[in-house]
Amino acid sequence: MIRVVLPVHLRDLAQVNREVQVDVIGQPTQRSVIDALEASYPMLKGTIRDPLTQRRRAFVRFFACEEDLSHDSPDAPLPEAVVTGAEPFFVVGAMAGG
Amino acid sequence: MAGVRVLVGTRKGAFVLSSDGKRENWDVAGPHFAGWEMYHLKGSPVEPDRIYASQSNGWFGQLIQRSDDGGATWQPVGNQFQYEGVPGTHQWYDGTPHPWEFARVWHLEPSLTDPDTVYAGVEDAALFRSTDGGHSWHELAGLRGHGSGSSWQPGAGGMCLHTIVLDPRDPGRIVIAISAAGVFRSDDGGETWRPANRGLRSGDSIPDDDAEVGHCVHHLARHAARPEVLYMQKHWDVMRSDDGAESWVEVSGDLPTDFGFAIDVHAHEPETVYVVPIKSDSEHFPLDGQLRVYRSRVGGNEWEPLTKGLPQANCYVNVLRDAMAVDSLDDCGVYFGTTGGQVYASSDSGDSWAPIVRDLPAVLSVEVQTLP
Repeated sequence: MIRVVLPVHLRDLAQVNREVQVDVIGQPTQRSVIDALEASYPMLKGTIRDPLTQRRRAFVRFFACEEDLSHDSPDAPLPEAVVTGAEPFFVVGAMAGG
Repeated sequence: MAGVRVLVGTRKGAFVLSSDGKRENWDVAGPHFAGWEMYHLKGSPVEPDRIYASQSNGWFGQLIQRSDDGGATWQPVGNQFQYEGVPGTHQWYDGTPHPWEFARVWHLEPSLTDPDTVYAGVEDAALFRSTDGGHSWHELAGLRGHGSGSSWQPGAGGMCLHTIVLDPRDPGRIVIAISAAGVFRSDDGGETWRPANRGLRSGDSIPDDDAEVGHCVHHLARHAARPEVLYMQKHWDVMRSDDGAESWVEVSGDLPTDFGFAIDVHAHEPETVYVVPIKSDSEHFPLDGQLRVYRSRVGGNEWEPLTKGLPQANCYVNVLRDAMAVDSLDDCGVYFGTTGGQVYASSDSGDSWAPIVRDLPAVLSVEVQTLP
């Protein structure tokens, strides 16, 4: 069970609270976690990753364990603390604009 | 008693304003989708409680929302807008080739006959259609592929397809407008297209007076009873076509400035046209700080200022291209929204105005539904 913290706009869109939990089959990675998130909450498709290229949107960041994982490979294993559920995986709307 | 529902898209959410036929007291619902840019909302003419809405922002991209209960509740539908085939390039601001990239949906135009069919005008300019209530979208690729697409350039607001005019008499006829490429017309339901800009002059930006494309058309309007007559607010110039966009003549006449964005036609008088003159393309606000709608009752050239109830000092808002609409009650209502967050309404064809709301986020679009 992976804990995922969503930014406010996506919480509103999915009609969920700050944190949701998703089941990931196999090694948890950015890709598999977002795949599982989109499967549970289809309205989030295209909001975190471009719906066509599947690349992370420019102003979306991924944090975990006080590290910015945004530039890691989407297929890199997530930190053990995220895998065990001790720490959440954060989807963050980057600070941009005015 | 008949009523009206005003659908307002703003920089930070959508609002639904409702009133009975008197249009004196208004209920304000919203913000829906708080914090998101709502470029456009529009209801199906055949099933008014079916409303489509374009929701986007720079962080999380594009969503399409649909309501089946008049805007009380919403559900996200499809948001995949994939250009047909290899997207190719258009011209960038500096004239270099630039790949076609989807940015957002500017305008949604529901079918005149089928509530599940809706058209989407997008940036970078292309026309999409859904026939399943917004769940899936398919490009009408003949528009970009007709031959001139590689020469199109964006206007200051991006290269957007912002206007879609359907023809109540001929379901095959679609007229669209793109900034800054111009008007294009299809006579076969969107399969094939050709430029429809004859008579437009854009000497400040295009040296060739007879250029087929490249004109910065801001908006089009038509009256349902005379779909062959089209009115246009161009970057500069107010134009008119009497032959379904085959050719255009200027009808700016005695307007104090013919720059502007919004234009619309009275619901019952096909020759009565409304514009909101804006000072210039470098000063996007009304002349002399006076917010004035201009009305022509003779199809253009002769214009009268409408000022009663509108601020006549220190007003420096803009009225954007999709932010004016009319209702079809017996005494035609006219509505427009401003970048200062006001939505003004007139229940007497523009003779007098009053704000429905004063302090919304910047208004991007206004559409009106007349309800039985």
